[in-house]
Amino acid sequence: MNRLLLATAASVLIAGTASAQDPVNVGIILGFTGPLESITPGMAESAEFAFAEVNESGVLGAPLNPVRADSTCVDAAAATAAAERLITAENVAAILGADCSGVTIAIANSVAVPNGVVMVSPSATSPALSTIDDNGFFFRVAPSDARQGEVIADVLKDRGLDNFAITYTNNDYGKGLADAIAAAIAAAGGTVAIVAAHEDGKGDYSAEVAALQASGAEHLIVAGYVDQGGVGITQAALDTGAFESFIFPDGMYGQSLIDSIGEDINGKVIGTLPGVEGEGADTFAALASGAGMDPTGTYVPESYDAAALIALSMAAAGGPDRTGIRDKLLDVANAPGEPILAGELAKGLELAAAGTDIDYQGATGVELIGPGEAKGSYRVYEIQDNAPVTIEYR
Amino acid sequence: MENLLNALVLLSNFVLIPAIAYGAQLALGALGVTLIYAVLRFSNFAHGDTMAFGTAIVILFTWWLQGQGIGLGPLPTALLALPVGILAAILLLLVTDRWVYRFYRARRSPPVVLVMASVGVMFIYNAITRFIIGTGDQRFEDGARFALKVGDFKALTGLDQGLAIRTSQIITIVVMVVVVSAVFWFLQRTRTGKAMRAYSDNEDLALLSGINPDRVVMITWILVAILATIAGTLYGLDKSFRPFTYFQLLLPIFAAAIVGGIGQPFGAIAGGFVIAISEVVVTYAYKGFLTYLVPESWAPAGLVQMLGTDYKFAVSFIILVIVLLVRPTGIFRGRVI
Repeated sequence: MNRLLLATAASVLIAGTASAQDPVNVGIILGFTGPLESITPGMAESAEFAFAEVNESGVLGAPLNPVRADSTCVDAAAATAAAERLITAENVAAILGADCSGVTIAIANSVAVPNGVVMVSPSATSPALSTIDDNGFFFRVAPSDARQGEVIADVLKDRGLDNFAITYTNNDYGKGLADAIAAAIAAAGGTVAIVAAHEDGKGDYSAEVAALQASGAEHLIVAGYVDQGGVGITQAALDTGAFESFIFPDGMYGQSLIDSIGEDINGKVIGTLPGVEGEGADTFAALASGAGMDPTGTYVPESYDAAALIALSMAAAGGPDRTGIRDKLLDVANAPGEPILAGELAKGLELAAAGTDIDYQGATGVELIGPGEAKGSYRVYEIQDNAPVTIEYR
Repeated sequence: MENLLNALVLLSNFVLIPAIAYGAQLALGALGVTLIYAVLRFSNFAHGDTMAFGTAIVILFTWWLQGQGIGLGPLPTALLALPVGILAAILLLLVTDRWVYRFYRARRSPPVVLVMASVGVMFIYNAITRFIIGTGDQRFEDGARFALKVGDFKALTGLDQGLAIRTSQIITIVVMVVVVSAVFWFLQRTRTGKAMRAYSDNEDLALLSGINPDRVVMITWILVAILATIAGTLYGLDKSFRPFTYFQLLLPIFAAAIVGGIGQPFGAIAGGFVIAISEVVVTYAYKGFLTYLVPESWAPAGLVQMLGTDYKFAVSFIILVIVLLVRPTGIFRGRVI
């Protein structure tokens, strides 16, 4: 209901100001179909929520009009076609997205960078994205998986666990993450007995689990997707008693897995996903809950921040200028400047438009390093009593 | 001795039990394909999607039963919903036959035309199933998940390795035995079954001796609908339901039918088990198994895996090619296609 009110308010606002200035389109390209289809609606809502907050402030003059497109998460041809449409037909000022690393690389290389359009991904985490030739147009508020690998290796070492099997979904995200985890565990002095891929969308994973089990490993790291092979692997491993201890990187976070496997999973999982604690995170959680969203959903706060960064850079650049957005993005994201938290976008926009330096913190404590990617803070959780329980932040 | 037992339990848990359950599901699927080939003389590419359609209806009715609080205790409710799915599949197949296949049969079109028509039918079934139930994973299993749990087995025997037997695996094997016996009894003993076999052997002679061809065709489709829905539901209970995986099942099912000898009901059963067991046996990593059997110093360092699990579907292809080269009629001397 709240969401409906908000949407109505936003559209009234758009309608109200449209006479003054035409709205500026901003693309939101996420996998509304495909392996991440259960988490992308929450991400898109969060981004649209941020744009609504921006429009409410009225600082930008022309309201921002989010246009959704489907990245499919897996089909690079479909994703680039959708991005092409956003840029040519919808004339977007910037693109929020994409979600999965493979399609993000494809869109950046063949559409966004050649056309000079900024992409801000809330969730693409492949280490390969750190080194693409992006001409400065690609940013992400999600950290590279190289960092997640280190965090996982630290957590496991602190708990005294050793002897791991790693299975990954056979794509850029899974491969990059599995390699990062294996490298970090080896660097921390641990053993990885086997690293094997699995294909998504199969009916049966008992053969994959049998091979993983035969390696003699004690703990299984599942670098897969929560709606796809990852849950099949976990189920088969539990059914056959092959593994009793699981480590879930970010793609495996989701209530749907717990609901589908049931009580057997309790107490057997350590998971990590990007997340922070602090004032910004708390404010965002309150705002998002108030608007009927789930602030703990995967990449929901990141999506808000990605949208906010686009709007703030636009204000700093003095308008929806594609290259201007690129040039200002790192300035508004990083220190020095006035810190801006989630829910303070109006203040941030005014300062940025006035040419004052701001340091956007947002919901996730945004700080972009290196080639424009988040430094990264992770939430470590366990599954207890059919729900994820936060243990610590790293 | 204990090492030997551990090795056997390990192999049963990861190779034998999954392979036998999968083999039973393939055998039921292949039996349907082979019946159509024997009586109607074409390879029905729509068979995988017939399975998906029947299963989708079973799932919908299962959900309704679950909503009403009706169940079978430790057994999955889907068994109760099977007749509804079967009826829907029968209706679908008979309507398809009336609207599509009968036209080509009346013209005595060559088999390849019917095969191509079945490819078209496959796409339509594909769409109908997705329209009814969606493209995603559906879970409809309920009741007791395990007949034997790993932990219980270990406590019972004191062995290091555990053995898990899921309820769905037992049901799969029991239902397969019952259904296959019933089909063979029907084909061998009843008048209608004999008429079907006569029609299959020689259509003209059968017509001359007064067998009603429309009736034979109808009975065949009904049998096929029953087999397809049961095979699909068992596969969905044991693994998971997703329309696309049923479409993918077409390859191992055809491989099973051809390896066994297409047109031969016995061959379909044998072929199903041959394909299933070789898929699992070839892709299993034998490191743990061998470690139990050989002295410690001989224990293999590698995984001892013949083919990566990615190549599972390739195994059915390889067997298919070898059989077609060496013995094109299949194990039980079916027809050459």
